[in-house]
Amino acid sequence: MRIEWLLALRFLKEGRAQTLFMLGGVMMGVGVIVFLTSLITGLQRSIIEKTLGTQAHLVMRSPDDEARRIIKPTSELAVSAIVEQRAQRLCSILQWQQIMRDLELRPEVTAVSPLVAGSSFAMRGSATKSVALMGIEPEKYTRIVPMPSFIKEGEFRITANDAAIGTDLARDLGATIGDKIRLQTADGRSDTITVAGIFDVGIRDLNRRWVFITLRSAQNLLDLVGGVSSIDVTVRDLFKAEIISEQLASQTGLTAESWMKTNAQLMVGLRSQSASSYLIQFFVIISVAFGIASVLVVSVIQKSREVGILRAMGCSRRRILRIFLLQGGMVGLIGSLFGGGLGALLVTFFASTAKNPDGTPIFPVVLEPSMFLIAAGVATITGILAAAAPAARAAKLDPVVAIRNA
Amino acid sequence: MPETMCSSAIIQLTDVRKQYGNDGITTEVLYGIDLTLQRGEFTALIGPSGSGKSTLLNIIGLLEQPTSGTIQVQGRDTGTLSEEELTLLRGRSLGFVFQFHHLIPAFTALENVMMPLMLEQGRSTSAQRERAAGLLERVGLVDRMNFKPDKLSGGQQQRVAIARALVANAPLILADEPTGNLDTAAADEIFKLLLEVNEESGATFLIVTHDPRLAKRCRRVVELVDGRIVS
Repeated sequence: MRIEWLLALRFLKEGRAQTLFMLGGVMMGVGVIVFLTSLITGLQRSIIEKTLGTQAHLVMRSPDDEARRIIKPTSELAVSAIVEQRAQRLCSILQWQQIMRDLELRPEVTAVSPLVAGSSFAMRGSATKSVALMGIEPEKYTRIVPMPSFIKEGEFRITANDAAIGTDLARDLGATIGDKIRLQTADGRSDTITVAGIFDVGIRDLNRRWVFITLRSAQNLLDLVGGVSSIDVTVRDLFKAEIISEQLASQTGLTAESWMKTNAQLMVGLRSQSASSYLIQFFVIISVAFGIASVLVVSVIQKSREVGILRAMGCSRRRILRIFLLQGGMVGLIGSLFGGGLGALLVTFFASTAKNPDGTPIFPVVLEPSMFLIAAGVATITGILAAAAPAARAAKLDPVVAIRNA
Repeated sequence: MPETMCSSAIIQLTDVRKQYGNDGITTEVLYGIDLTLQRGEFTALIGPSGSGKSTLLNIIGLLEQPTSGTIQVQGRDTGTLSEEELTLLRGRSLGFVFQFHHLIPAFTALENVMMPLMLEQGRSTSAQRERAAGLLERVGLVDRMNFKPDKLSGGQQQRVAIARALVANAPLILADEPTGNLDTAAADEIFKLLLEVNEESGATFLIVTHDPRLAKRCRRVVELVDGRIVS
């Protein structure tokens, strides 16, 4: 073993109570950090999962219709004009099959699904409700939104006749599985479907409005034959959705909106939550560093005689410095191993106590190996940095004074 | 005569002066010390308290810098050396025996003896272990090798310290009141041991002592009074 390591280890072993105090401090700190991180990661992940459970990561649409100006101002001609916004028509994405094929080839894209969406009325007996038609290709759409998992009754079977509606719409219309519902659009087109499945996505508004039918039925009802109104896309790394959406928009000329933009408020919430968690972690690290530094300062004073002897025997200042830096690093590393254990214990305990009435955890806590590695790394570096001032002090000791005063 | 002595001189001090303090208030501790120690010599440094013995020893031990004057270790001037080089030279050329034993409590007797070698080579080896064990056997502590210092008597600790001073084959051993903390019987034994290892190793010994009885047994006695060598 290198002599610096041997000396550092022995000094730590000798100052038993001090070492235990430092280890305890690091353990608490790392424990809190691990607990907090896994709690917040778990919480955010579950919020995002719930939010994205019924959303594509990004949605591509035709660009909005713009009002075009017929007389353009030139250097000679000043034009005073009132430009009114145009009403947006439901229009198809041009070349959507080609665009879908291109999207499917991109490595960052995991699923693509065409959608024809528009409004209509759903009628049964005397009840009339305004609904949102969702014309889909079921095998593609279920890779974006796992509708079969939300089914409460029947099954998610979408064919020319069969459709799926939400629980609230079913109640409003008094419809159950096998009942027929008439769909009619504002311009008079209509179709009749049979309820094959009733779903509950956990959001009342969607349960009340969504009606899933085939792409073709929707195209007919909404007079969009051969076209689609939007393309839903799921990407591998959901936090890259915004960047990818910008790339796709510029490459295809379509508009692309990521879930991050759609849920801007949520993103702000998540970001400020992360920021406050980082702030807490930062101050925990600082206080752990102060703890290590203050114990080591005392230890240096107590060890000044030994330092003096070592210096007299030909131990360089640099080596003395390393011995004390190593002590800080060792305390950080070993303390973080215990701290990781403590954090994992706290998290497991929390997960087992904080439960929904049905026994499932309120949110899944996340314990990732990388988190422990990072915590260990941060603790080790913190230990070394905290030891810097005491170590410099030890290295500066005058051996004559150190030996004489002992 | 000095010319012939130079060839075998371990250490040579020329007009060494030492002052403490600044801002006009200075205390002069050493006034122009000239001292040469020959290879294999066994010298006692005596003098009353406050005569500058410890300061002189620290300067010879390269732990302190003189205010003026030169120190040559085996013909090499130390005045131009850096901190780092002095430390290296100290490790290679000097062995220390202190009054209060000054072993490192966290290490066993054997490891304490190995320490100068471990510091020089950067790690512990079995060769170091053998050499240290051999020396502990020489000072009569082979059965106490794996004891920590606090489990040893004062005399035993001092024996360990002597073994440690010898382990790196340093040509010059400096001892500051090596018997000062021991009872008469133990002091006699330690002194006898120092004389013996001086014979065996051929190293030069400089012993600071209060005890005139012990000083009488040394081949050479240097007396320091008020920062001057008087004999």
